[in-house]
Order: sequence, then C-alpha cells, then structure tokens
Amino acid sequence: MIYVVIIFLWVALLLYLVMGGADFGAGIIEMFTSDKNKSRTRRIMYNAIGPIWEANHMWLIIAIVILFVGFPVIYATMSTYLHIPLIIMLMGIIARGTALTFRNYDAVHDNMQKVYNKIFVYSSFITPLFLGIIAGSTVSGRVDPQATNFMDAYIYSWLNWFSVAIGFFTVALCGFLAAIYLIGETQDDTERKRFIRKARLMNVAAVAAGSVVFIASVKENIPLVQWVFGSIIGVVAVSAATVSLIALWYLIAKGKRFIIRVLAGFQVTMILITTTYKHYPNIIILKNGGHLSLIAHQGAEKAIQMLGAALLTGSVFILPALIYLVWSFQYKPGQTDNETGGH
Amino acid sequence: MAARSQMALSLGFHIIFSCIGMVMPFFMAVSHFMWLRTGNPVYQNVTKAWSKGVAIFFATGAVSGTVLSFELGLLWPTFMKHAGPIFGMPFSLEGTAFFIEAIALGFFLYGWNRFNRWFHWFTGVVVGISGLASGILVVAANAWMNTPAGFDVVNGKYINIDPIKAMFNPAWFSQALHMSIAAFAATGFAVAGVHALMVMRKQNVNFHLRAFKIAAIFGVVAAILQPLSGDISAKMVAKTQPAKLAAMEAHFVTRPYTPLIIGGIPDVKNKKVDYAIELPGLLSFMVHDDFKTPVTGLDKIPEKDQPPVAVVHYAFQLMVALGMLMMALGLLYLIAIWKKRSWFGKRWFLKLFIWATPIGFIAVEAGWTVTEVGRQPWIIQGVMRTADAVTPMPGVAYSFYLFTAVYFTLSIAVIFLLYRQIKMVPVIYDKETPKPVSA
Repeated sequence: MIYVVIIFLWVALLLYLVMGGADFGAGIIEMFTSDKNKSRTRRIMYNAIGPIWEANHMWLIIAIVILFVGFPVIYATMSTYLHIPLIIMLMGIIARGTALTFRNYDAVHDNMQKVYNKIFVYSSFITPLFLGIIAGSTVSGRVDPQATNFMDAYIYSWLNWFSVAIGFFTVALCGFLAAIYLIGETQDDTERKRFIRKARLMNVAAVAAGSVVFIASVKENIPLVQWVFGSIIGVVAVSAATVSLIALWYLIAKGKRFIIRVLAGFQVTMILITTTYKHYPNIIILKNGGHLSLIAHQGAEKAIQMLGAALLTGSVFILPALIYLVWSFQYKPGQTDNETGGH
Repeated sequence: MAARSQMALSLGFHIIFSCIGMVMPFFMAVSHFMWLRTGNPVYQNVTKAWSKGVAIFFATGAVSGTVLSFELGLLWPTFMKHAGPIFGMPFSLEGTAFFIEAIALGFFLYGWNRFNRWFHWFTGVVVGISGLASGILVVAANAWMNTPAGFDVVNGKYINIDPIKAMFNPAWFSQALHMSIAAFAATGFAVAGVHALMVMRKQNVNFHLRAFKIAAIFGVVAAILQPLSGDISAKMVAKTQPAKLAAMEAHFVTRPYTPLIIGGIPDVKNKKVDYAIELPGLLSFMVHDDFKTPVTGLDKIPEKDQPPVAVVHYAFQLMVALGMLMMALGLLYLIAIWKKRSWFGKRWFLKLFIWATPIGFIAVEAGWTVTEVGRQPWIIQGVMRTADAVTPMPGVAYSFYLFTAVYFTLSIAVIFLLYRQIKMVPVIYDKETPKPVSA
C-alpha cells in the first residue's frame, strides 16, 4: 500500500504542477502582456480557467494531506525548517485565489479591478517562485536540523542560488504551460500569434533558468548532473523531453490545439521524473548528508493502509467528475460563452 | 502563545468563511428548487445572487483551509509528527469531499443554460452535501483532540494506531452534530438579517422577502434543535473532559446536588463565583439524570491541568445566552408563520432579525473558544501538552502579525464585496420595480 500512497503523492504533485502551474502561468502571462492587450488576455484566460481553477488547487491539498498523514516526520521537518518560504507561498495562495474570485464577483466594476489585477498578477508570480524554492530546498542539502543559529536553521535552508534558480525555473515553466494552453483557447489569429510569442519567450526563460540551476548545482556541490544523467531513466526522460519539445513547436506551427497540450504536460512529467527518480525514495536531503526517505520515514502501517484506501476510493469519485467537468467546458461541442463571466 | 493566537485567529476566521460556504449552498438549492417548480423568476434571481456569495465564501474558505492545513505543521510540528497518522483519516476523506465540492461548484457556477436543469440543480446540492461532509470530517478530527482514541502511548511512542477508531472517537458525533446545527443557525440568521434589512428599506421587497424566508426557516429550525444537541455535547464533555465542564460552569467545589451556575464573575483565587444565579441540583441532573450525584469540580483536578476558568466560563455563558435568544426568535418566527402572517411586513419583526444578524456567529466563536480554551493546557487531551507541541522557530510572533493583517484585510474585502453585491441587486438580479409586500 505504501507504493500506492507514494504514487498518489507523486501524481498529485505532477497534476498540481501541470494544472495549477498553467493556472499560475495565466497570471504570469498577464504580467508580461502589454497594457493594451491585457483585458483581452484576461477574458480569454478567465473563460479558460474559470470553471476549473478551484479544482486545480485541490491537488496541493491532497499532496499535503498525504504528507502529514503518511509521512509525518517529513512533513514536520519541512514545516519547521522551510517555515518562511512556506508562509510566503501561503500568502501568495491566499492573495491569488481571493483576487481572482473578487475580480469576477465584484458586482461593481470600477478602479478596484485594478487593485485585484495587481494582486492577482504579483501573487501568480510569487507563489510558484516559492513553490520552486521549497522544492529545490528539499534536495539542496541545506536543511539542517543540527543548526544552532537562526540564519542557518531557517534562512539558509532555502536561500541559496540553487533553490532560487529552481524557483525561477518553475515560474518560467508555469508561464510556458499557460501560453501553450491559451494558444488553444482562442480562434483569433492575432491572439494566437501573441500567445505563441509568449510561449517562445517562456520557453527561452525556462531553458535559461534551467541552465542557471545546473550552474548553481555545480557551485553548491549538489549532484544534480549525476541525478539527471546518472541513470538510464534520467537520460531517456531528458531525451524524450527534448524530442517532444521539437515536436511541440512543429505542431504549434501546424495549428494543432489538443496535442500540444498533451506534449507540454508530457514535458513536465519528464522533468519531474528526472528530478525525482535518482534520489527516490529520499525526499529531503539534509546538510549532514543524511536524508528523509519515503520508505524509511513512512507513518504507521495502518495509517498508510487507510490513507491508500481513502485515496483509491476518492479517485473513483473525483476523477470521472473532474474529467467530465473539463470536457464539459473545454470540448463539449456547440457551446457559447456562459453568462456568469461578467455583467 | 503567539502560535496559539495565530491558530485561534486562523480558525476563527476559517470557521465563519466555511460555515457560510457550507450552508449557503443549501439555501441556494432550495431557492433553485422553487424556481424549477414554480417558474417564478424571482427565485432564479435569488439563486444567482446567492451563488455569487457562495463563490466568494468558497474561495476564501478554501484558501483559509489550505493555509490551515499547512499551519498545523508550521506551528505544531511535534503535534503533527505524532498525531498526523492517527487523526489523518478524516483529513484525507475531507480532501476528497472538498475536491468534489470544488468540481461541483465549477459545474454549478458555470453551468447555467448548459446542462439539463435538474442536473444543474443536482450539482448545487452536491456542493452543499460535500461541503457539509467536509465540515463534519474536520470537526471529527478536532473531536479526536478532545477525546483521543485509536492509539496507545508506550514510553513516549505512539503505537497500535487505528485511524478508523480515531476518526470515530467518542466525541465525534456530539461535536459534529452541534457544529453542523450551529452552522445552519448562524448562517441562517446572518443571511436572513441582511435580507430583512433590505425588506425594511423597501428595496426589491419581493426579492429580499423570499430570500429572507428561505434563510430564516433554516436558521429557525436549527436554533430550535440546537439545545438538544447541546445537551448531548454537555453529557459527553462531562464524561470525557471533566476539567472543561467544570471551567464552563466555573464549578469549583465538588458536591452533591451540584448547582447550575448562570452568569457571575468567577473568582479563581478564592474558588467562588460572585453574582451568579445558582440552581441547585440542576447540573447534576443535566449530567447524570438525577439531582444528587455530584459533578466533578475543579478541586478534583490538579492545578497544572486546569484550563483558564474565567475565559471558558464567560464564553460558555455567552454561547448559551445567544443560543437561547435565537431559539426564542425561532419560536416567534414559527408563530408568525402559523398565526400572524402580517408580522412579516412589520418593522419590529424585521428589526429583531436585523439585530440578530451577527449573534449566531458570535455564539459560534464563543462555542469554539469553549472547546479549544477548555481543552488547555492540552493539545491532545491527557496525552500531549500544547507547550510541548509548538514550533522551535523563534519569531513566530511576526508571522502572527502578518496573518492577523491578512485575515482582517480579507474580511474587510469580503464584507465590501458582499455590500456591493447587495447594492447591485436592483441592477443585476431584480430589475422589476419594487412591489408592495404580498406574501
């Protein structure tokens, strides 16, 4: 059952990165859109994510619940030593979710909209940035339970080049996902071209941030190169990601809508595989060289069994409903704009 | 202390957001049902207006809930390290229920004119049911902290973990029942009060009066049922947490014919309550069903295991008083339905409900104070002390200030939005000219 739970944890993280990531990315795209195009982008974006954005963020809750029920020691360590970035990320989540809701449900449309937009855009940037920083920190080997002073224990655990670079990489990835997603959301040719340009920009940014990640890992003695290229799986995943990226750009030029989304999701999957496969089952690498492992630090057996059972039962209800939701609003033929979006 | 305050604050806000987010879908579903049955467009308008409210509260409830699931660990890592696997069961199920709620809400909010009408209605009902289910599950987890079950502590190790037993701990039912009814009562009165105000101002009377009636009937029925569940809860507390009950009652000395103490100022130093009304034997009767058997007083509990008496006592008295008030209002409302239809147009009647707008939530917060402060100094009753569970990180006070600021801003924003929603009713939801009351 432990493997069922681990798979769920991994899949929840992946889905959060893909679905939630595209969601954050929408805000990032808005940030990098010139003022004259902003309101159009916003409308397309809202029609695209409106009905499903709440559901996208449930994956994070699922992941966190799995962590604290199934792996309490890991959860406790993370929330102690990565307290500060977690708090910042939470602030981002609060700000973003409420700003998106408020700007749509404020009955009066006036200058407050500008305030909501600002909050939405900035928090869409900050949240994935810190999400990436947290993810980077877990494997950066800077988490130090033996630290004796505040800075070492609670600041340098996450404030280092490697973690921050991963943060920016995550931001670029989210923007990329969103741009690819939005390409398929509009029929208008100029809009499409704009989103394609954004996708290209984000792609370049992701590659750049990715290179910085590698440089930082060398500088900070993190065996990232070995994790990625040290196993067949890693090499295959990286190659698959590269090939699919080329295919992706070819298909964008061909005007495909569905397949490019699949390919973008596939790339994220490959990235997550390469970055987690080699040090699995270790999930947090500590400064003293020790690590917290999903196997060695799993919770009580019975708790894991019940958790696995709950997750399996839950997916029977959730997955069909979620798929029907996405299908209804994305692919169901003959639908026009709904009336709830604005007044 | 800062950690405790931050948790209290977060939960205090979350409880309001989520109660409304959990109960309003039911109002919405009733109104929606009325529209589908009668075809009266006013009901459709009410449903749409309420669905905006639900969306706002769901989003704030969801983010404050997400924050809480992290805060548990951020503030109480030691507690979560041990308790996570034991009381995680309701949380994992709650995750599922919450997910379903989010999906159903997506269908509902964006599904007007897209789906079969009854399917659309049904998704609204699912929002309500799954919301209620998550509420019950979270309360069950809290009940576990009051009446821990499903594990043994041997030499500081938590073994023989049984998550099912932990979820169905002794207090889960009484607490979940009490909280669910409280949510209906509080939200019912709050929503009814707002609509009553609009009726009194003669704005869109037809619209607001119908909304008022739907919300009020939920609040009324819940308020009348609440004392029953309160009695069940009190008996459970007496059995499992005598210190909490003693603090609620400011009941210092164990003796036969234990009196029920109403009001008064507890004097902890001299172990007596000044200016209180004492009804001899009544507490014994309420707890043990006979007037004689003594109820454990604070004298039987070591001082280091006693909760802060005054706070718990005041909070409890406040909760009961407001509960009684709501019940009285509820009975009045029933009389209005059966005998005095004309009351609905009367200012004094509407005024009563306008004044009652916040009392349900004040009672909810007071009740929450009773159960949480009443459990102190324990975080897990009898097993782990709050002081031993807190994060080792210094400077938690700053994160408390930060969260305080955020929650206040959020609340102001929500109130502001609701105000604007209500203000815009004549423009968006109810375009007809106001009609005279004809209900």
